[in-house]
Amino acid sequence: MALNENIKFDGKLDGVIETSGAAVQEKRAVIGSAVTIIVLALAVALPFLVQGFVVFQLTMVMVYAIAIMGLNILTGFNGQFSLGHSAFFAIGAYTAAILMDKFGVSYVWTLPLAGIIAFGAGFLFGLPALRLEPIYLALATFALAVATPQFLKLTPLEHWTGGVQGIVIIKPDAPFGLPLSQDQWLYLFTLAVGFLLYIAARNIITSRTGRAIQAIRDNPIAARAMGVNLRLYKTLTFGVSAFYTGVAGALAAIVVQFVAPDSYTLVLAVAFLVGMVIGGVGWLPGSLLGGAFILFVPNIAEEFSKGLSGAVYGVILLLIIYIAPSGAGGLLLKTVEYFGKWRK
Amino acid sequence: MELFLQLVLSGIANGAIYACVALAIVMIYQAIHHLNFAQGEMAMFSTFIAWQLMQWGMPFWAAFPLTIILSFIGGVVIERVVIKPIENAPVLTHVVVFIALFTIINSMAGFIWDFTIKPFPTPFGTAPVLGGGLLSAHQAGMIAVTLIMLVMLFVFFRYTSTGLAMRAAAANPASARLVGIRVGWMTALGWGMASAIGSVAGMLIAPVVFLEPNMMLTILLYGFAGAVLGGLTSPGGAVLGGVIVGIVENLAGAYIPVVGAELKLPIALLLIIAVLVVKPSGLMGRRTVQRV
Amino acid sequence: MAFALRPILAMTAGAVALAATPALAQNAPGVTATEIKIGNINPYSGPASAYGVIGKTIGAYFNKINEAGGINGRKINYITYDDGYSPPKAVEQARKLVESDEVAIIFQPLGTPSNSAIHKYMNGKQVPQLFVATGATKWNDPKNFPWTMGWQPNYQTEGKIYAKYILQNHAKGKIGIIFQNDDYGKDLLKGLKDGLGDKASMIVSEVPYEVSVPTIDSQIVQIKGAGADILITIATPKFAAQVIRKVAELSWQPTHFLNNVAISVGAVIKPAGPENAKGIISTAYLKDPTDPGAATDPAFKEWAAFMDKYYPDGNKLDGSTVFGYGAAKTMEQVLKQAGNNLSRENIMKEAANLKNFEVGVLLDGIKINTSPTDFAPIEQLQMQKFDGEKWERFGPVVSGESS
Repeated sequence: MALNENIKFDGKLDGVIETSGAAVQEKRAVIGSAVTIIVLALAVALPFLVQGFVVFQLTMVMVYAIAIMGLNILTGFNGQFSLGHSAFFAIGAYTAAILMDKFGVSYVWTLPLAGIIAFGAGFLFGLPALRLEPIYLALATFALAVATPQFLKLTPLEHWTGGVQGIVIIKPDAPFGLPLSQDQWLYLFTLAVGFLLYIAARNIITSRTGRAIQAIRDNPIAARAMGVNLRLYKTLTFGVSAFYTGVAGALAAIVVQFVAPDSYTLVLAVAFLVGMVIGGVGWLPGSLLGGAFILFVPNIAEEFSKGLSGAVYGVILLLIIYIAPSGAGGLLLKTVEYFGKWRK
Repeated sequence: MELFLQLVLSGIANGAIYACVALAIVMIYQAIHHLNFAQGEMAMFSTFIAWQLMQWGMPFWAAFPLTIILSFIGGVVIERVVIKPIENAPVLTHVVVFIALFTIINSMAGFIWDFTIKPFPTPFGTAPVLGGGLLSAHQAGMIAVTLIMLVMLFVFFRYTSTGLAMRAAAANPASARLVGIRVGWMTALGWGMASAIGSVAGMLIAPVVFLEPNMMLTILLYGFAGAVLGGLTSPGGAVLGGVIVGIVENLAGAYIPVVGAELKLPIALLLIIAVLVVKPSGLMGRRTVQRV
Repeated sequence: MAFALRPILAMTAGAVALAATPALAQNAPGVTATEIKIGNINPYSGPASAYGVIGKTIGAYFNKINEAGGINGRKINYITYDDGYSPPKAVEQARKLVESDEVAIIFQPLGTPSNSAIHKYMNGKQVPQLFVATGATKWNDPKNFPWTMGWQPNYQTEGKIYAKYILQNHAKGKIGIIFQNDDYGKDLLKGLKDGLGDKASMIVSEVPYEVSVPTIDSQIVQIKGAGADILITIATPKFAAQVIRKVAELSWQPTHFLNNVAISVGAVIKPAGPENAKGIISTAYLKDPTDPGAATDPAFKEWAAFMDKYYPDGNKLDGSTVFGYGAAKTMEQVLKQAGNNLSRENIMKEAANLKNFEVGVLLDGIKINTSPTDFAPIEQLQMQKFDGEKWERFGPVVSGESS
């Protein structure tokens, strides 16, 4: 599978920006920071402007965005493919739920633990699976997604997982007596976690390790010749990707207040994949668009027809793909290139 | 021991289902080098067409070939209309388009024919053939038809110029174009054939599992597993792989204590992945050498 | 169940106090002089979309009510959303219904996982989660969850009835069980085992199946191989049909018990072959539209006329249409009883005040009864045996307590 061919536009986007002179570049950087600050300010203000359940929806959008970001690190920067990220999402969710329900751990501390356990699971899964060629890796991860609900309801584990009934957890209040509703607090909490993870992801990608990871994507054989330990880096990337998705799963459990095997089926794994492609493979901010797509488009499809909502969803998906075959990121790249030419 | 033999036999019967689907997967992989996630749904839809034709009074042996022809046309049309516009898009974009096709076809079938199960007739009858009902006439017939399709495909890809051209177009489109192969039409033809084979698989499977819109939902995974186990380039391997998946799954369910029954599919898949780690091109696939 | 019930318990006292003084309570949000908003959540997409028929039937029935002028001059504004059988989506949709659409109640949300996910939210918000479409036993818990009520008989009751019958008639039998590995399958299995009590050692084989398997043939081979002479099938329609056919193909003749989610003659027995189903024992609470006797039943004529006029696309073979019709009629009765006092407290109070209500599509002798301490509307079942053509009911109507 020629997975590696068309997913490098994150680098290209940077390239387009870098080719303009130093002064322009500086100006662009200032604009970039300004945009980030404005977007953040808007994001912080948002939960005070809309209804409680919309705040809940937006929180879920961010949760899905974090999960997609995890998948994007794997696919966009390392060229690997996963249809099984619902498994790591589930591991994170159940870690948080069990810690809160059985051990009374505060929700804040469940996040790093969920991430670490998901990292471990991703790393262990990656060790054998990454020896496989991409198409077999697709099967292995596909199988992982199908097997996840079956593991979660396994009878011997019922004491911990609640079996088929799942676990109900309690939604946290805002700390320090802040005058915020539970929804608003969880929104801001998720926003903060998501922003931190985004900054961390950007730093990883531009670091030495990040360059090694991308070298593997672009030319594995050359990367190996340069002394990059292919298997180690690939497996580590898988682990990091699972970490992100696991943290997202823990957040989802806290926000939804409930975990059950039926929440983590193949449908969820497919949704992550769709969200990533819609946002743009390899363009991290696109993850947010992907998250919004996962949450809102089924609702839109349902407005058209109850019986045919699946078909309407599919048609919307097709139309978006025709307009932007490489997702929102690809569309942005094209626009930037177009205006670049036009200026010259 | 008797139980063991019974489980193996019923595993073969199930495996025949997987083998049918695996064969269709190998077919489309040869033609387009992609795995089509909507393949199962296309087969389901074809089977519903056959069922509808029979409801309208058409005899089985008229509905059967007509469905194959309609499915072939349907496959070509889908390729021309849906796939052609994005032929140069990245692989993942194709995957998403397959997912879109999947939901569209599944939802339409539910809308048109609803979700109650429908019995689908078998041309072979249901009399027990072997092992006191473990292998029915239909299941034996299914295995026979699968083998016939296998031979036909083998001959097609090995000895006909169209088959060779199709393989060339999939393996190396640029070079194929240089030697005068119409790559675009080869792809469309591949879709048509895959759709036709899928329709045969669907019509063979429906009498066993009952016809309903979600009939192929997970059979596709089993078929996928069988195809990969056997080697994606080998029709014979696909059939063998499908049967092995059926047997292994049955034995795992019965003989592994505590978790076997609840995890029979994951255990079977784990074994397949273990095989692939040792033998990366599958049991009967050719090793592809990567060019630097 | 690892529930944290404490916060709800604290709330309950307040809710009961409120319910005691309904005259003072205001009408619920979503209620005006001409309209009452009722929310619903159903899986219209995804793997469980077969059940979406229930939500559509309810909508059709409310259309019928509205065309006849509504209830007390109020038309029902029925808002139904799709959750794709996914618990997180169910939470989103329930919150949308309650907080944005401002419905008075949520009626017949479907599925144990989805209802579990919104259980605490609905009770915290004190919005009725009325007549949920799942047979889990936990919905009958008025003390801890005063805003949630089931409708159909619970699965454990059904299991207990089979256990009792087996102990009385086949005390020396060897039981083999095939069950769907999810909340419903395990609940029914638990009732069965509780009913067998210390005779649970009669079970020689107990094999789960996942809804994702293509066939259950090998599970049946395994159960037969274990030497069982009683087969209990806890399966949804498609798999039940496969079981019936496979048992016949194996020329196996166990005493076969079949759970009542899969007793539709049209949707299960006919596809599996009526001759193969002869002698199967089951229970029932709903009438079967494909029963040859149905054509002359006045209640069924009414149902058939309703289907023809308001839901012509609906499949009359599908038992879900009867189910949805019965549930919607129960809802209609509650609203009629509540009259012009349509506060959420009073709707809940009247839902817990159904006395010998007859739905028409329930078997003769089965009536809906609820009280403030009994949140299980349908508790009675009758045993029946398939005679090769239709179900023959036998024995008395039995309820959960008496078995």
